[in-house]
Amino acid sequence: MSKREHIIEVKDMVKKFGSFTANDRLTFHVERGEIFGFLGANGAGKTTAMRILCGLSYPTSGEIYVAGHNVYRERERIKKKIGYMSQKFSLYEDLTVSENIRLYAGIYGLGRKQIASREEQLLDRLGLTYIRSRLIREVPLGWKQKLAFSVAIFHQPAVVFLDEPTGGVDPITRRQFWEMIHDATEEGITVFVTTHYMDEAEYCDRVSIMVDGRIDALDTPAALKQQFDSKNMNEVFLKLARL
Amino acid sequence: MSLIIDHIDKSYDAVKALRQVDFEVNDGELFGLIGPDGAGKSTLFRIMASLVIPDAGRCLMHGHNVVKDYREVRKIIGYMPGRFSLYMDLSVEENLAFYARVFGTNVHENYDLIRDVYEQIAPFKKRLAGKLSGGMKQKLALSCALIHRPEVLILDEPTTGVDAVSRREFWDMLKKIQKEGITIVVSTPYMDEAEMCDRVGLIQKGKLLEITDPSKPYDRDEAQLFSLRSNSGVYTYLERVRRMEGCKHAWLFGDQLHVTLRSEGDAVLIKSILDGWGDSSIEWKKITPSIEDRFMGLIEQESGEQLNNGETI
Repeated sequence: MSKREHIIEVKDMVKKFGSFTANDRLTFHVERGEIFGFLGANGAGKTTAMRILCGLSYPTSGEIYVAGHNVYRERERIKKKIGYMSQKFSLYEDLTVSENIRLYAGIYGLGRKQIASREEQLLDRLGLTYIRSRLIREVPLGWKQKLAFSVAIFHQPAVVFLDEPTGGVDPITRRQFWEMIHDATEEGITVFVTTHYMDEAEYCDRVSIMVDGRIDALDTPAALKQQFDSKNMNEVFLKLARL
Repeated sequence: MSLIIDHIDKSYDAVKALRQVDFEVNDGELFGLIGPDGAGKSTLFRIMASLVIPDAGRCLMHGHNVVKDYREVRKIIGYMPGRFSLYMDLSVEENLAFYARVFGTNVHENYDLIRDVYEQIAPFKKRLAGKLSGGMKQKLALSCALIHRPEVLILDEPTTGVDAVSRREFWDMLKKIQKEGITIVVSTPYMDEAEMCDRVGLIQKGKLLEITDPSKPYDRDEAQLFSLRSNSGVYTYLERVRRMEGCKHAWLFGDQLHVTLRSEGDAVLIKSILDGWGDSSIEWKKITPSIEDRFMGLIEQESGEQLNNGETI
């Protein structure tokens, strides 16, 4: 164990689909409590890598640990220690706000009393108590995203994976969401996030950029901007990923 | 005038999708409509494409009323809906040929117009549209919308969910199409795309908040907008800045905080407080608002105190 614990440890991760190499010897680590931005163009291999780290797919080869567990042999343990949120799949539209919270909490094995008290806390913190009995489909997108994130970390996972969490909302709601992400890290949760908004890359502690199945750059946003002589992360991304 | 939107209202049951939306688009202009999901962008685009009838107000496309003269309107527009209307069980070239024939033309007549876009997907012309990647579907859909050389091209969120590189390429293509004399109306949730447009309308909750020319900077003095930057990161300072007397709003903004003050005089006071924090790397300076800053200001103004106290639905 080095200075800070590596909550994700990836060494020479390869994933092939037939003759196509989606992940080409990825090597990186994520430290406990950091916000790790996982960037790349569409089709660069981000989703493939994320599925492996979440225990949903086996790598072809490589040595990979998530929250101390091996991705080949301990996938069920990994699933208990992680949270996951994507824009596409998050909450059940035909359940109420409250039912969604209790459903996820139940899946993660929280006790009835624990669920009840944490549900109150959560609704109170989000200011959603007054709409707890509304169906999710009646709730505006911005609130859904905040709720989906809260539900994904309700069981206090070691690491939460966020797959393009902020698509489609106004710039203020997007920033409120990032403040929630920062708050989660203060509780010791590690955040692994993908996004197409390059200003959001600046909010990460470290950022990796994938190009054609490889990680072509990995550092703090400040160091990357210096390395690529760019004034913002958008320029860094364009310089690296431009075909 | 290519397009006149004249005080349009549209409701779906109790939901007011558009409220008195009113603007015009000039011939040959690239006009952007920027706003989040649910702002009413798609409803407005469907009205322009003669697919939805407004409750009140008029929409004129090259002088043709989109309700009464919908047949004329459909001949002169190219419409690319948010979910690409491609036939997934037809090949790339079959889709293109189909759209050409529907509009009474053929693929060769206007091929010049789509060459740049189509040649990127031409190597896969025998492939079914359903088997294309998102970026390739986007290019095919654009080719299909252009094949009859429309007067006005209507693109509903063509770049949503697309990475920054592909988005830049798509906008480069739009600029070329504009040079062919085609008027373009395009919607997007990405603020950084605003600067690619001649003018943009900012829309939120069915209301057009403002129309602006991205090349003309906003008034610095009026805005009272400041940026705070530090080598040790700015998030740790966010709550402290918000609690300061004179701070109206403070938000993360890339590697900075953007802080709106109540009045000019507060800037000096705040500077002296910042100096007392013992972080010599703090930079504090007045800045000119970007479109995103402006949009955020307008949203705050619209929703007033509701935002911080929990928005009502």
